[in-house]
This record gives sequence, structure tokens and C-alpha cells, in this order.
Amino acid sequence: MNPVLPLFIAVPLGTAFLILILAKLWRRIGSPLAFLATLCLVIFAISLIGRQPGIYRMGNWAPPWGIVLVSDGLSTLLLLTISIIAFLAIIFSVRYMDRYTSKPKFFALFMLMVGGMNGVVLTGDFFNLFVFLEIASLASYALVAFGCEHEELEASFKYLILSGVASTFLLLGIAITYSLTGSLNMADVARTVGQMTSNSAVLFATALFIMGFGLKAALVPFHPWLPDAHPAAPAPISAMLSGVLIKALGVYTLMRLIFNVFGLSPFISSVLMVLGGLSMVVGGLLAIGQDDLKRLLAYSSISQIGYVVAGIALGTPLGILGGLFHLINHATFKSLLFLSSGAIEYGTETRKLSRMGGLSRNMPVSTTSAAVGFLSISGIPPLNGFWSKLIIVIALIQAKQYILATVAVLVSFLTILYFMRVQRNLFFGDVPAGLSKTKEVPYLMRVSLVVLALMCLAMGLFYPYLSGAILDPARDALLEGTAYIQKVFGI
Amino acid sequence: MIVYLLTTFLFVLGLYCLVAKKNIIKKVVGVITMEYAVNLFLILVGYKQGGIAPILSKGMSKTEFVAHAVDPLPQALVLTSIVIGLGTTALMVALCIRLYERYGTFDMTEIRRLRG
Repeated sequence: MNPVLPLFIAVPLGTAFLILILAKLWRRIGSPLAFLATLCLVIFAISLIGRQPGIYRMGNWAPPWGIVLVSDGLSTLLLLTISIIAFLAIIFSVRYMDRYTSKPKFFALFMLMVGGMNGVVLTGDFFNLFVFLEIASLASYALVAFGCEHEELEASFKYLILSGVASTFLLLGIAITYSLTGSLNMADVARTVGQMTSNSAVLFATALFIMGFGLKAALVPFHPWLPDAHPAAPAPISAMLSGVLIKALGVYTLMRLIFNVFGLSPFISSVLMVLGGLSMVVGGLLAIGQDDLKRLLAYSSISQIGYVVAGIALGTPLGILGGLFHLINHATFKSLLFLSSGAIEYGTETRKLSRMGGLSRNMPVSTTSAAVGFLSISGIPPLNGFWSKLIIVIALIQAKQYILATVAVLVSFLTILYFMRVQRNLFFGDVPAGLSKTKEVPYLMRVSLVVLALMCLAMGLFYPYLSGAILDPARDALLEGTAYIQKVFGI
Repeated sequence: MIVYLLTTFLFVLGLYCLVAKKNIIKKVVGVITMEYAVNLFLILVGYKQGGIAPILSKGMSKTEFVAHAVDPLPQALVLTSIVIGLGTTALMVALCIRLYERYGTFDMTEIRRLRG
């Protein structure tokens, strides 16, 4: 029993309610409480590094009857990513959210979203997965619409409808799984499914899960909500959505179910790789023509998620390692880029690339950290994005997936191409008439930008330490496949 | 068997309503219909013809109980799922009202500022 595990869910949920209640007494309570809560989460997550996999039985009921929380290498990796990005996004939003009304509600929804994501990552049974998924999604719909202007409402409505359909499909998949196996505990389901001979109902449930989680992860045929929803949200929320939400709700859940519950078959593997390849290409191509900075970043998220999924779905140790490494790298540099886009919007009041220029003179800190993010996502050594893309490409070549490897390399050139254009438009050239008085953003916002930029650099330079501490256990958790069963029942 | 087919029909009807209708309120109704079809399916999974409530009363043997009692788990799930559905519906309707305030219409084809 690891008593820390339920705190990952209880602390953010409790904070969300406390903020709303205490905000009646003191309106500025939101940011300090959220800051403390996310700081606690970071400490808890760091305390999990290097620990053996552990489970927590709710009310001390043993699985498969009781509800369990399971932490292994993969959950630890995700928890760490969620808490660190949430912590930095909270620091950023303290000043950034001054432009919006009802800040306490923002922080309450933010903590609700974090609590939902932590629950998704830790839960050991299907139905709680669905409940936490809905908590996180509902909070994110409301946060996307937080500005309450035309675009925000429209984007949030689209997101809500599509994501609501995905949730319905997931519930249907869960219902089919339950009727097949008579259990909702993931390990128990895995045990029952493992004893079945090939069954078309299992395949149907898997297809429903791929569709549902694929939509949450914005893989290509299911992507159209993302380029609307992510730019419409306030910048710290865009960073959370693109940085961690699509990974915790989409990629993590998909991989957990495919690898640890249903087992990776060659057919499913190739389906996921095709989806990954499509996402890379389509996301990359659509990003080229964008004039709105945040929309461009959103399309590039789709493209990068393609790399993650293609890497992990390969199923080889190196492929999974590359995919997971790219997952955390994307969380850092995409949050950095969305936060910098927020900083630039804060300074210039515009997101249109064609109306910007010469910002490096007036906003040196924001633009330098943004440049680190651009270089990292384009895969320039020694920044972290280079290493993970390199590992994925090598893994694809080793597995004789030459077409996908070529696609991955070409899309990475495409990425360099569109980010070069952004850099030129943003930082260099003449300052447009309206922007000559642009000022650097407040101190607290700069802190998160600089920390994220340093993380991009450090994760590239100290990759071996990182790999030994958190990436290898995460890879082993996926590789061991249905040995997950023993982990839940054995301890 | 026929009940399952009807549930499927309800699900597909909701999906059609969601895809084909332009009015956003009708789209909301479509999503709700789909949710309810899935809830109905979950209930059917645990349903037994002539089943009894899953409470072990005095004088009832365990085999008799297992043979007659309905599965209580899906019912608990459906209750939870209905509550979640309520939250989603409330948010959807609130968004519709705000959209109407901004755009002055419920027609999805006219609510199009985002593209590309």
C-alpha cells in the first residue's frame, strides 16, 4: 500500500472546492492555494521516482472487487509531467489571468482538470477511468470557453460535441468489455481476455477505444477540434491542453489499454502506426500556412503526437523509449511555446504573425526562451527534441519500417521550415508601427518561461540520467505487457 | 435480441441527429440520445427476465440467488453515467445560450468564425 497515491487525486479536487468557498471571503485566495497544491503534487511525484510499483486499495477491498489505484513506471512518468507543467502554468497564470474576470473560478477549474488527469493516470479500473476522464474533460471544455467571446464559445462547443461523442463511444466500449468479462478491474479484464481465443467482440471494443482515445489524443482522422480549441483557451490552459491533457487522456490511456490489458497484436500495432504517420504528415502540412501563432502551434501538436504514437505503437524497446521520451519532451517544449505565445500576446495584443516583427529588442527574455522552444521542437542538437526524434527514427529503421522512417525525417524538415518562418516573423525585421512600445512581460511570467527553456536544454544534455531514473521504468511497464496482472494482484 | 437492435437504432438515430442537423440545440439532443442509448445498453447487460433485486433475503439459497438476481454493477454505473451526462448537458446548454447571445442564431452554419 502506498498512501501517497490517493493524495494525487484528493489534493487537487479538495483545492478546487476550497478555492471556490474561500474566494467568497478573500478574492485573491485562488492563486496561492493553487500554487501550494501544485507544489505538493510536484513533491509527491518526485517522491515516487525510483519506487517499486505500488497499489492502493480503496477502503482496503482487494482487487478485483475493490477499487485500486496502481502506480508503476509509466504512471510515475505521467504524474511527474502533469505536476511540473501544472506548477509552471499556475505560476504563469498568476499575472496573465489579470486580464480576465473571475480568477477564482479559473483556478478551481484548473485544479479540477489536474485532479481528473491524475485520476486517469492512476486508476486501475475501467469505470473510474471513464469518470476521471469526464472530470478532466468537463473542466477543459469550460476552460476553453473561459474568455466567453465569439471564438472561445464556438471552439468550446465544437470540442464539447466531438469529445462528448468520444466519451459515449468509450462508455460503449466499457459496456462491451464488461459484458464479455464480467469485471471492470483492468488486471482482471486482462486475465480474462488473455484466456479467450481471438474474439471479434474484443476487437470491436478495442476499435471503440482507439476511436475514443484517439479523439482525445487528436490523432488525424479525429483531430478537427484541436486547432480550434487549443488556441481559443487562455495561454496557460493551451499549454496544459497541448502539453499534458491530450497525452494523459489520449496517449497514456490508449497505450495502457493496448499494451497492458488487451495485448499488442501486429494488426493493432500497424493501425496505430498508420494513424501516427497520418497525424505527422497532415498536422505538419496544415501548420505551414497558418498566420495565427497559437493555431500554428496547435497543428504542430497534432504532428508531434503522431511521432509519439508511431514510436510507442512500434512495440520494440527502443521505439517505446523514443515515444515516451518524445512525449515528455513535447510536454516541455509545447508548454513553453504556448506560454511564450501568451507572453507575446500579452505584450503585443495580437497573435497574427504578419503583424509582428523585431520583438527580440523589446522582449529579450520571452523571445530567447521561445527561440529555445522553436529550436527544440525543430530537432536541433543538443536540445531534447533532437534526441527523441533521432531515437524514434532509428527504432523505425531497425524495425524495417522504412516508409514511416522516411516520413518522420521529412516531417521533421517540414517542422524546421515552418518554425523558421515563425522565428523570422516574430523576432527579426522591422518593428511595426504599433509595436514600438512593447514591454517585457511581468517577472512571474518570465520565471516559468526560463525554467521551461532550461528544462528543454537539461533534458537534452542529461539524457542518460533522465533515462535511467524515469524513462526506463516507464518503458518496462509497457513492455512487460500483461505481467501487469501480477503487479495488481501480487503485491 | 430485438431490444439490442432497438438500442442500436436509438444510438444511430442520435448519431444521425448530431451529424445531419444544423440547429445546435438539435445537436445537443443528438448527443443526449446517444448517451441514453449507451446507458440503456449497460442496463441490458445486467438485465434478467423476471429477475429480482440483488438483495439476499432470508431462506433463499445462494444458487437460487445467483440464478435470479440481476447484476447490480451496471445499475450503479448507469447512475454515475447519468450524473455525468447531466453535467455535460448543463454545460452544453449554457454554451448554446451564450452562443445565441453572441451570434443571434442557433444555426451551426452561421456560427463559423474559426476556419483554416
